[in-house]
Amino acid sequence: MSKRVGIEVSIAIAEAVGLARAEVIPAYPITPQTHIVEHLSEMVANAELDAEFVPVESEHAAMSCCCGSSAAGARTFTSSSAQGLSLMSEVLYIASTMRLPMVMVVANRAMSAPISIWNDHQDIMIQRDTGWIQTFAENGQEAVDLTLHAFRVSEDRNVSLPIMVNIDGFTLSHVIEPIELPDQEDVDRFLPPFKPRYKLDPRRPITMGPVGIPEVYTEAKVAHDMAMKKAKRYILKAWNEFEEIFGRKYNPIESYRTEDAEVLLVTMGSISETAMTAVDTMRDAGQKVGLLRIRLWRPFPGQEFRRAVGKTKILAVIDRCLPPGALCGPVGAELRSLFYKIPGSPKIFSFVAGLGGRDVTVERFEEIVDKARAFAKKRPRELYEVIGVREK
Amino acid sequence: MKEVRIHGRGGQGGVTSAELVATAAIAEGKYAQAFPSFGPERRGAPVAAFIRVSDKQIRTREKVYHPDIVMVLDPSLPRLVKVAEGIKDDGIVILNTELTADQVRETFGINSRLAMVDATKIALEELGLPITNTTMLGALLKATGIVGKDALFEALEKRFGRLAEKNKAALERAYNETVIA
Repeated sequence: MSKRVGIEVSIAIAEAVGLARAEVIPAYPITPQTHIVEHLSEMVANAELDAEFVPVESEHAAMSCCCGSSAAGARTFTSSSAQGLSLMSEVLYIASTMRLPMVMVVANRAMSAPISIWNDHQDIMIQRDTGWIQTFAENGQEAVDLTLHAFRVSEDRNVSLPIMVNIDGFTLSHVIEPIELPDQEDVDRFLPPFKPRYKLDPRRPITMGPVGIPEVYTEAKVAHDMAMKKAKRYILKAWNEFEEIFGRKYNPIESYRTEDAEVLLVTMGSISETAMTAVDTMRDAGQKVGLLRIRLWRPFPGQEFRRAVGKTKILAVIDRCLPPGALCGPVGAELRSLFYKIPGSPKIFSFVAGLGGRDVTVERFEEIVDKARAFAKKRPRELYEVIGVREK
Repeated sequence: MKEVRIHGRGGQGGVTSAELVATAAIAEGKYAQAFPSFGPERRGAPVAAFIRVSDKQIRTREKVYHPDIVMVLDPSLPRLVKVAEGIKDDGIVILNTELTADQVRETFGINSRLAMVDATKIALEELGLPITNTTMLGALLKATGIVGKDALFEALEKRFGRLAEKNKAALERAYNETVIA
């Protein structure tokens, strides 16, 4: 039997990595990811988890070590945040185009300067185009479930791609809440041992990661792109298998009270829960408002998203990232691109909120919906609006 | 849903008491969240921790702005921090203090309902340390019934092992000595 416990989300993630029987964990601590790797190192030191914990000298080394261990055929896990994730950046591309299965939990945090340890999505959006599969959890249970799911998908021979599971720093990582920790037996059933198609083995030498001369580089990149697109089918398949074993159902896009909605909020990560409460409040007041939550960010599930929007005419998209000089935030840009020149497509308004730990409250969501309705009547001058900026 | 804000000083165990209440409520089958005030904390500096307890799934990640209950671990804090800020009209402030209700209202200007206990004295006598986080849970139980005593004792045993007995004694004494006004 699985057990329902009150547990800090970071500790629950570490327990999930243990249940997944990770074999190599190269990691470097950084706030707010610290508790995840601290707890894993304790589990290894106490012989509760039979794994190699590699206390590397930097995140660059952590990701390099992950590449080596995955190439050698070991189930590999690491975790990072913000500046640490950025320090990994060049190696992230190597892991993904070399098609090395591994799982990384990213405890999302703002990028300095000014120095901030608090939550937003700038760190992950910098890594958007690294070719990793990327999912977002909205609560502790999802953080655990998506971590298990990530191992299953990443190591699927039809996929063979690394995965980042995003959890909001502090607002998820440091909260104690009820979580069902699954049984070892069930996890073993869901997650068979890692059997890579190719691995580094002195008895059967192969070359991995050679130079890509202009005659092959394009094809390697196209193969990677095709693999990402094809991965969606196996991501969904693994969610179905997850439901069969654990009883919890996950979709790439989740709809909340979208029936007859005039305005749909679009969110990613833990603000989705507050957004649901905001939708309830607005529905109680007679407003036809719903919510779409993006769980799968890469590969982007365009078809599912369009279907989830249905006939709704106004989308209010919230980005937790402000790319200076861009036309709008990355989620807003993605959706504008998705609906470009499609007849009957909704009006899309882009908002930026919750930077560097700024709280996104029910009132903020109400403000965003009001603004989106006003913009639908009178086109705004700017392509996006930053919510809650103090003017003095 | 009940929302609690705990005021303490870094090192006094405010986060631990939030954790104990949340895990106890979850063990009772309820839904709960416990979280620190996110960010760096320094020993001795005023800090806060938060709890939510509900019979239904909790769907918010907002900070706690309008608590039903405020619990203050350190008697000197109401001079420095507006401990009753944002509290609901029918909310209650639970204080570690030697003062009477009238003195508290006059000195700190708190108009909410009050629950008061000299937790520092109890903690010194029962635990030998002026650490009041578990002692004050006795006052919380008496004033609110946010969680059952049995569940809370179990959470204490899990967290403190053989040290749980002393903490339970301090908690029990605070429960009996808490005055509600």
